[in-house]
Amino acid sequence: MTQEATGLSSTTYAELKEIAARYPQPRSGLLPMLHLVQASEGRITPEGIEACAEILGISAADVSGVATFYTMYKRRPVGEYHVGVCTNTLCAVMGGDAIFERLKEHLDVGNDETTDDGKITLEHVECNAACDYAPVMMVNWEFMDNMTPESATQLVDDLREGTEVRSTRGPRIATWREVERVLAGFPDDRADEGPAAGPASLVGLQIARERSWRAPGGDTARGESQTEQEDGH
Amino acid sequence: MDTLTPVLTADWADEQSWKLATYERNGGYGALRKALAMAPDDIITAVKDSGLRGRGGAGFPTGMKWGFIPQDNPNPKYLVVNADESEPGTCKDIPLMMASPHTLVEGVIISSFAIRANQAFIYVRGEVVHVIRRVQAAVAEAYAAGHLGSNIHGSGYDLDVVVHAGAGAYICGEETALLEGLEGRRGQPRLRPPFPAVAGLYASPTVINNVESIASVPSIIDHGADWFASMGTEKSKGFGIFSLSGHVTNPGQFEAPLGITLRTLIDLAGGIRHGHELKFWTPGGSSTPILTAEHLDVPLDFEAVGAAGSMLGTRALQIFDDTTCVVRAVLRWTEFYKHESCGKCTPCREGTWWLVQTLTNLEKGIGREDDLDVLLDQCDNILGRSFCALADGAVSPIASSIQYFRDEYVEHLSNGGCPFDPVASTVFAGATA
Repeated sequence: MTQEATGLSSTTYAELKEIAARYPQPRSGLLPMLHLVQASEGRITPEGIEACAEILGISAADVSGVATFYTMYKRRPVGEYHVGVCTNTLCAVMGGDAIFERLKEHLDVGNDETTDDGKITLEHVECNAACDYAPVMMVNWEFMDNMTPESATQLVDDLREGTEVRSTRGPRIATWREVERVLAGFPDDRADEGPAAGPASLVGLQIARERSWRAPGGDTARGESQTEQEDGH
Repeated sequence: MDTLTPVLTADWADEQSWKLATYERNGGYGALRKALAMAPDDIITAVKDSGLRGRGGAGFPTGMKWGFIPQDNPNPKYLVVNADESEPGTCKDIPLMMASPHTLVEGVIISSFAIRANQAFIYVRGEVVHVIRRVQAAVAEAYAAGHLGSNIHGSGYDLDVVVHAGAGAYICGEETALLEGLEGRRGQPRLRPPFPAVAGLYASPTVINNVESIASVPSIIDHGADWFASMGTEKSKGFGIFSLSGHVTNPGQFEAPLGITLRTLIDLAGGIRHGHELKFWTPGGSSTPILTAEHLDVPLDFEAVGAAGSMLGTRALQIFDDTTCVVRAVLRWTEFYKHESCGKCTPCREGTWWLVQTLTNLEKGIGREDDLDVLLDQCDNILGRSFCALADGAVSPIASSIQYFRDEYVEHLSNGGCPFDPVASTVFAGATA
């Protein structure tokens, strides 16, 4: 089969090959390649599977087996914004369950379903490693920290109306397909947006600074000079 | 020794801390220059002498792991960083990579040099795109500055680093499943032996280390093994990031010598939220058996937490107060393990399904007290019978919660359902009341 037969654009096909070439063995590129298929096609399509199989010299069944194993790969079209609500235990207890229920009602969709306007796909997600900001939501895999049912409904309303939304610990929210492209290893220009850390990440550091707590001095002055600098502020 | 000892977290409040310029202003990449002048074996010795143990949960000595790489094996050697942080409650590597990705990158270069790898991979879970951006940008900056690529700083040493995004699978935090994912396959664990040190990525010698382990390496090279070993306890050396979440006044990250107690940490976090008491907690994520208020003074190191019947794990301290239903909490974790079981081993694939069925009924108040024994029997038939530790993790919260809160399970049966109000445990309980 040729690139034309797979139905992907020549640019996408070339970029899929480029991903495979990053690795000592091309098949290692499959996960990012499938992210790129989603960026380009809006979901994992049969054509995308064929293209990956052809480039890697493996069967379409092999590619399908991988595409169905990982939860971030979607067989059905995803909305412009993928909205995840953490309902693993800690977030659920802290309010994630209530938020998820409220959003299902507010958007009139079930889990892993998309609103009629194609704007929002709602899904409950597992622990996203931000437990000190519970309850946590993700919009296109950007952190939305310390949410409530009210802030959650406001968030999805803003997304649907096209109001600019920023991650509480990250950049302006890009579309789901734009983000999938970053995951495929094609960086966008947003790395320098947002803070270094959210408030919870700094709780211990701030206490240490207030009380002049520090690691002991070592062989060289790295930690020392830095703490002296801090004291000078 | 001070109560908190920020090293990895020390720069997180700096303006644009993720940039190379900020990192180098704070002394960053000084350890790399020092390391490149050392013999690789001396770096391994330094890490061994420091007592650093893996920060991804298992606590295996990092230097010893590096020492297992057979240098006479003709295949290339690989370093793979496990940045697939997904264990429920664990939230330390993600803020580290977001705020200070160069600490990780510098650690990757020094560690790769030590094990004589010319290719390294950073496998970051896919669901954290901003973290991936920051790591991608840090790697690009490191290349541009000559810290990566060919003949690094004239040393003759070459290293390439690929930032690899996962695609949503808790199991890929297990090191052999991660390798499968990195080879473009379904993330299902491999039978060991052979261990990755001998036959890992592409059946070649491979070291897989957690983000925090690798990020600790530059400080060890900078300050010396003795400096690192001067912190912590006898067999659990050094510092670690402790992550407090849940029902405390100020949840967050606290970097301290291993051996700090939960009592001290809760105090630093402003106490249990107002008007409530500690009910149960996990010392190191949901796969570590829960503990209670009677364990507040257990030193949080590998040995003492083990002696208390749990595991230090990832120092993911999830704190639940008296408003939380332990059965609900455990059921939700169990649903998670069922969802994330890769399906390879029957006891895990089928067993986690049965655990959910049994627990769901108990939570609804359906069944008999004997069902608790059935549940424990199911746990016995799952524990230790699968390739990897996912199944073992799945039974931890169940067995430990029945040990400490059997009466609460029984109360669900006598009450005909859950006696708790879920609204009371939310952060917005007061606001919506």
